[in-house]
Amino acid sequence: MSCALLLLLTSLALAMGTGTAVEIQRPRGVPQSKRQFYEENKPFTCLDGSSTIPFDRVNDDYCDCRDGSDEPGTAACPNGSFHCTNAGFRPAFIPSSRINDGICDCCDTTDEYNSGATCQNTCREMGRKERESLQIMAEITKEGFLLKQQLIHEAKRAQEDKQGKLTELQGSKKGLEGKVEALRTVKETAEDPEKEAKERHLKSWEEQKELIRMEKDKTRMAEAFLELDDDSDGYVSVAELQSHLELDPDSDGSLTETETQVRCLLFLPLKSREDVPPTVQTPEKREDDELSMPPYDTETQSLIDGAYIHLQSLICGPEFIWICRNLEKEIGFDFGPSAEFAYLYSQCYELSTSEYIYRLCPFNRVSQKPKFGGSETNLGLWGQWAGPEENLYSVMKYDHGQGCWQGPNRSTTVKLTCGKETVVTSTSEPSRCEYLMEFTTPAVCQEPASLDEVLHGHTEL
Amino acid sequence: MAAFIVRMGPLLVLWLAVFLSGTWAVDRGNFKTCDQSAFCKRQRALKPGQSPYRALLETLELTNTKLTLQLINDNNKVRLLLELYRLQGNMTRVKINELKPLKPRFEVPDVLINNPPTEPLSLLSQDENGVVLSLGADSQWLIVSAKPFRLDIMEGREVLLSLNSRGLLAFEHLRIRKDTQVDPEGAEKKEETDAANEQAEGETAKEDGMWEETFKSHTDNKPNGPSSISLDFSLPGVEHVYGIPEHADSLKLKTTDGGDPYRLFNLDVFQYELFNPMALYGAIPVMLSHSAQRTMGIFWLNAAETWVDISSNTAGKTVFGQMLDYVQGSSETPQTDVRWISESGIIDVFIMLGPTPTDVFSQYASLTGTQAFPPLSALAYHQCRWNYNDQEDVAAVDQGFDEHDIPYDFIWLDIEHTDGKRYFTWDPHKFPQPKDMLQGLMDKRRKMVTIVDPHIKVDSSYKIHNEIRSKGFYVKNKDGGDYEGWCWPGNSGYPDFTNPEMRAWWASMFAYDQYEGSMENMYTWNDMNEPSVFNGPEVTMHKDALHGNWENRDLHNLYGLYVQMATAEGLIERSGGVERPFVLTRAFFAGSQRYGAVWTGDNTAEWEHLKISIPMCLSLGLVGVSFCGADVGGFFKSPSTELLVRWYQTGAYQPFFRAHAHLDTPRREPWLFGPENTALIREAVRQRYALLPYWYQLFYHAHHSGQPVMRPLWVEYPQDTATFSMDDQFLLGRDLLVHPVTEEGGRGVTAYLPGKGEVWFDVHTFQKHNGAQNLYIPVTISSIPVFQRGGSIIPRKARVRRSSSCMEHDPYTLFVALSPKRFAQGELYIDDGHTFNFDKQKQFIHRRLSFANKALSSRNLAPGSQFITPSWIEKIVILGASKPSKATLKTPDGKENLLEFEFDASMSVLTLRKPGVNAGVDWTVVLQ
Repeated sequence: MSCALLLLLTSLALAMGTGTAVEIQRPRGVPQSKRQFYEENKPFTCLDGSSTIPFDRVNDDYCDCRDGSDEPGTAACPNGSFHCTNAGFRPAFIPSSRINDGICDCCDTTDEYNSGATCQNTCREMGRKERESLQIMAEITKEGFLLKQQLIHEAKRAQEDKQGKLTELQGSKKGLEGKVEALRTVKETAEDPEKEAKERHLKSWEEQKELIRMEKDKTRMAEAFLELDDDSDGYVSVAELQSHLELDPDSDGSLTETETQVRCLLFLPLKSREDVPPTVQTPEKREDDELSMPPYDTETQSLIDGAYIHLQSLICGPEFIWICRNLEKEIGFDFGPSAEFAYLYSQCYELSTSEYIYRLCPFNRVSQKPKFGGSETNLGLWGQWAGPEENLYSVMKYDHGQGCWQGPNRSTTVKLTCGKETVVTSTSEPSRCEYLMEFTTPAVCQEPASLDEVLHGHTEL
Repeated sequence: MAAFIVRMGPLLVLWLAVFLSGTWAVDRGNFKTCDQSAFCKRQRALKPGQSPYRALLETLELTNTKLTLQLINDNNKVRLLLELYRLQGNMTRVKINELKPLKPRFEVPDVLINNPPTEPLSLLSQDENGVVLSLGADSQWLIVSAKPFRLDIMEGREVLLSLNSRGLLAFEHLRIRKDTQVDPEGAEKKEETDAANEQAEGETAKEDGMWEETFKSHTDNKPNGPSSISLDFSLPGVEHVYGIPEHADSLKLKTTDGGDPYRLFNLDVFQYELFNPMALYGAIPVMLSHSAQRTMGIFWLNAAETWVDISSNTAGKTVFGQMLDYVQGSSETPQTDVRWISESGIIDVFIMLGPTPTDVFSQYASLTGTQAFPPLSALAYHQCRWNYNDQEDVAAVDQGFDEHDIPYDFIWLDIEHTDGKRYFTWDPHKFPQPKDMLQGLMDKRRKMVTIVDPHIKVDSSYKIHNEIRSKGFYVKNKDGGDYEGWCWPGNSGYPDFTNPEMRAWWASMFAYDQYEGSMENMYTWNDMNEPSVFNGPEVTMHKDALHGNWENRDLHNLYGLYVQMATAEGLIERSGGVERPFVLTRAFFAGSQRYGAVWTGDNTAEWEHLKISIPMCLSLGLVGVSFCGADVGGFFKSPSTELLVRWYQTGAYQPFFRAHAHLDTPRREPWLFGPENTALIREAVRQRYALLPYWYQLFYHAHHSGQPVMRPLWVEYPQDTATFSMDDQFLLGRDLLVHPVTEEGGRGVTAYLPGKGEVWFDVHTFQKHNGAQNLYIPVTISSIPVFQRGGSIIPRKARVRRSSSCMEHDPYTLFVALSPKRFAQGELYIDDGHTFNFDKQKQFIHRRLSFANKALSSRNLAPGSQFITPSWIEKIVILGASKPSKATLKTPDGKENLLEFEFDASMSVLTLRKPGVNAGVDWTVVLQ
């Protein structure tokens, strides 16, 4: 829409609003855009072309056209629609069944011309209110969008910090992998009955030393891990990992699930080190013996075995699998097109009602706790983004919460709206055990359109 | 749910204890079998052919209005008094009571609309074996045989019906208790003298539960001792009997040999099962018998727990066996035997002699009244759910209907809308401004129903409770204190609705200044009025609870009727007697039709429950209750989308059309299942709205003459034996045949189109089909197979709007379906849609529409009436027509106008464009 046209339309709206005569002749209920099809005193052809009728049958309260186009101003056609100009507010189409039904639908009262209903023209008042609320919304959107930019920026900078550290770690990673491979060879060798026992013994000792050194490397690694683990939750989240594109081996710009799983070998949390089974603690004790070579015996053999098992257990043990599984879950996380929702991760937001305290921990869970005693109820675990196709990031879905008696598992739908603050604004339970939460965050604020556009973008006179 | 537990606290525990013992099906263990009901067991143990009763002919007295005669039980010498009446309209009334009962026995009040007018009986002959009486013109006789006592009603040489022909008349007389508890001194002597009698009757008090009976943890004290009654009826020539609702069973009643009898005892049955004779929420002790020759009815006027046994001499036979009988010409006549057993009261039976189905409906209507004529909007679509949470929720659902362009008239609020289940109040947080909410609905010309149950929270800060208590209006327990039981609010009292003063007070509570927040567009739903008592025996009231002088035992099945009666009266009174009420009830009895609508209670979202809605409502229609429906979608569980759509399609063609859902099920407003399903549901609801003029006319007739709205096919085709057991399709009035799709994944249905030489028109395609055939109709998910009878005229309103009120002044389209002889007839009924003015001031239009000799005309059927409508005739669609050269409209002012028309030769459909004539005047359209 050109500026000139916009101006013209605006002045028209003003003119009509103030009642100075700009009367456009057209049959009742016809929008300006279709006026050309309704030419007085010429036969009218149904807009679907199905038949042609004399013009006096347009709006004669009998439906002649299959598409309802001959009765734009009466209720005669079941599929017709009526256009209200609504000068001063927004024009609208209403189903023709709402013409003269005794209920005021158009703010300009034009739908009730013969029903006896007394309607007040409320268009100007509605227009004013809408402009006001749009203005307020526009301001919120504007500020919110600025905040969003900041969020995006912060998310980006945090990533860059981590990247540096990770690059450093990347260097030692390869060596470590090589050593794992080497140890495997040692073990195989140690098991080879054809080899000289002593040689084997010596070699294995060296390898064992290597292993101990490796353990030390790993300690270093763990320290790096701590640096990476921004939120100190004991795990490096996939998001944290995925933000480091230097870890991306196929350089396709993203870390796939498998790639991330491989990475998890290298960033084992300290916890699992502490949790290693007792048998594999022996090598660490030996470390205290100033690394003197123990005599070759079955004990040594078992030490080697133990070391290998230790390593394997780190890679394949239950703790590891658990971590991987946890990571697999996290892999589903999608913090939005510019990671603008990343700041919500590991945060929680509460809303207190008369009976309960509701708690939303984005990307994690929703819960409800009675205010006056009683245990917490899980209202759903993070499921997925569930907005409509064109606006996926406007709704979050949490499901598989605590089961209901004879009912479904509890679930929560979180509707996100643009706001300056991050806050839960309301909760309800529209259906048994299906909760609805409203949540404002700057992260969903869209780039504000100019106010004029908002007000006149879809204005038609 | 968490909130539920907190709120329900102790109640929940009880409730769970009562209901949770099973999984999804009904817990049968909560409800008695005949064997567990002492009187039923005693009565059923009697063997036929040993009747101890003898008529004492010397006591016979004949007056203008009745015949009286004493009967004696030769075993115990107790005398009974028989009264016989010949009633106007071809009915016979048989009353049997004790001649001198120890104390009065209960006789059911308030069910008959008047003392039925009698006609004189005349004595034709008499000898020592019996008497023969004339029943009037149709060579009908009543024969009283003396020993054993027996009654036979004959027409010519044919026996229509016999009473006590199997000798199962049994009347437990009231007696004084003879064990030590009562009168330790006097008892001994008495016992000696009466011992022989008692022994002769084979009564061993304790075992037979005559004075006390325990079921589960509940003990029923029976201070009056045994009091049950029983009588058998034989119906020669009859193979089909119907009625005695409410049961979740087929339309045609089954024989009960080898199983339990059908039970009539109003109960709140949690998750009821299908296809069995267990009692449900309501009881109408009326059975219809039908054969190709005659339709009759038996109305057993007794409000106590009742069991009905049915046996048949042909039921066990295979088709081959019956064929063999026929070929050999041997065979006994088919016969159905029925036996009624009630726990107390007297025998008071009305035998309705037909002979046509229509006659039986009129006869029954003359006794108990007709269907209340509902406000037109009550015939439209109702949106319900347990629960719409708050005012915002109500507004959002209301808005949802407009956004999706689906019409609805009523939105309903279940128990959660109240302040702690205190009826007549509102939850102050969820519904702080009920009048604003109601005004919002009124602005859209829509309405609301709130629930008002008869259990009253025992709470000294609750006005309703305090008033009932202070006025002494509560039902009393056997010891004279206020009876209390558990229901939704926790500990509750139960107002004694049998007390007319209580009912008058209750009615006054619906006044706008009493029921705060109520407005004229708010109506009422009475649930739980069996009454439901969560911790009572069989989840209902103790039988020894007292309603004045009578035990609940005597009148149990009447309680629900009285609740609805008082509520409907309240709604009438609040409008100064102007407005018609609308009250839905779950429990009912004979006569409940006068007060509003019933629904089939807490059904389940399963295909079988969709199917059973047809026979359940057909059965109710046969015994007066036309305004019947089932919860669309099913109450318990969550329906599949396909089931929900099919249920809307079926419900749109059943009288009471309301969607409802359990609290624990996911939301299911029509637009929640994707645009395609929204469109399917919208279309079903729109079909309902377009047809409202016809529905309204059918209800006018139900109100006027007692003819059911929803009818089994045999009612209109009484000689067509193929229709006698049909309950997967039905008629609306005479003219529409509906065969809804009730099969999951249904690809087609086989509809039976009755009437040899008749034709039926598919209402959607106008395709013509011949009668007397099984027609296979391929269906899609959008199909609702409905056919209009050739020979009928049906008015519709094609302009479907967001509520029925919005359509009030809209024009009519007439669908004229021609018979093969090019004839058709129909009606048009119009009034203001909501007041009693149609009745009190004759303000209505009732016109005869007829098509004959190529002319369609409208003539006044009610010259004494007057009403002005702005509605006009928009369009006339003539099915099975030929193409005229011209069509002329003639109006009373002598004007003639040529009408334009379209003719579809492929379907033979003639459409006359815009006659434009007012719907209330005479006119004729002549085709040339």
